[in-house]
Amino acid sequence: MTTDYKNIIKEGLWGNNTVLSQQLALCPTLAVTTTATNGLGMGLATTLVLVATGWIISMVRGVVTQEVRIPVFILLIATTVTVADMIINAFLHDLYKVLGLFIPLIVTNCVILGRAEAYASRQKVLPSMLDGLMMGLGFTAVLVVLGMIREIIGSGTLFANASLLLGQTFAFLELTVIPNYKGYLIMILPPGGFLVFGFLMAAKRLIDQELERRNSLVIPLKVIDVPA
Amino acid sequence: MEDYFILLVTTVLINNVLLSKFLGLCPFMGVSNKLDTALSMGLATTFVLTLAACSSWLLEHYLLIPLHLDFLRILSFILVIAATVQFTEMVIHKTAPLLYQVLGIYLPLITTNCAVLGVALLTVQEHLNFVQSLVYGFGSSMGFTLVMVIFAGIRERLALAEVPATFAGAPIAFITAGLLSMAFMGFNGLSFK
Repeated sequence: MTTDYKNIIKEGLWGNNTVLSQQLALCPTLAVTTTATNGLGMGLATTLVLVATGWIISMVRGVVTQEVRIPVFILLIATTVTVADMIINAFLHDLYKVLGLFIPLIVTNCVILGRAEAYASRQKVLPSMLDGLMMGLGFTAVLVVLGMIREIIGSGTLFANASLLLGQTFAFLELTVIPNYKGYLIMILPPGGFLVFGFLMAAKRLIDQELERRNSLVIPLKVIDVPA
Repeated sequence: MEDYFILLVTTVLINNVLLSKFLGLCPFMGVSNKLDTALSMGLATTFVLTLAACSSWLLEHYLLIPLHLDFLRILSFILVIAATVQFTEMVIHKTAPLLYQVLGIYLPLITTNCAVLGVALLTVQEHLNFVQSLVYGFGSSMGFTLVMVIFAGIRERLALAEVPATFAGAPIAFITAGLLSMAFMGFNGLSFK
């Protein structure tokens, strides 16, 4: 039995994207994306937990019986999140202060339990970890894009405080896109999150339609080529 | 007494869990298609949230702090919440079988509603006393129910409206939520001085 790694990557990043397609994990998505840096930090923390839970749950899948699996999964996830919470608090304390409540809330992030239930509890260790990684990266990508849009329109900067939160090596990311910008506060405030996210979902739908149109154009051409 | 009233109004309107704290968005988007389901979901969440806020306060102050086990907070809170949800499920099953059928899958899903865990953790973070936690939990969940019902009402109308195909369904719902959130920001001007 071979595992289709390419498909896992494609589904995780785009086709089955946790936020845009499945509409899961909306709370952290909208709450922390006031800047791109926060989005990146939250996305990476979630990715870490997703990979770890994918690994652990896939390992215990033979031991845990069908009836008790949900409580066991939740406990495993809560333990992993507690560890992640402590690691971030110890090594990335500034990031911890910004994300605050939303790190412990990774426990109730539906994506984690969803992937554990739908994927990791049925597959081998390596595909489960890859699935976790790709789902996490897809999630991170949306968070960063959402954060970038809100930050540029809202305050005219990009990746502000990146060096403060992620270490000096990331200082090159900090940009001021629009100098002397007065700021458009609504984008930073909660309503902006909802508005930008609505437009982002519509954009994904447009791109999907365009891709489908292109694919449907390709097939007839092949048929014409064959006879000769 | 006055303090508790202010806390209640603040949690229901000004610091609304859904629109300003972004907690519990999954059921907010998932179950708000019909008015009556939204209402019963809101009421079930109210019950669970209030109970969970109280029991996690007791857990925090009588078990975790005396034994210096506060690193187990996330783990123990989620257990308490899961137990509370199970308890609510049994109560509703016995007392209102019809409501039990209506809520169906959404009842166990309250466990993964981040508003419940979020409020439980917030009561600890803000060092509230027991009665304050009770009011905080109840107010937050009333705010949740209120917004759920308003939003479900709007979505029922929205289903009949002519929306550009790209925006139909979820995207326009988010934009509507954005407008609703903007409207709720108006409550920031409420002053109790």
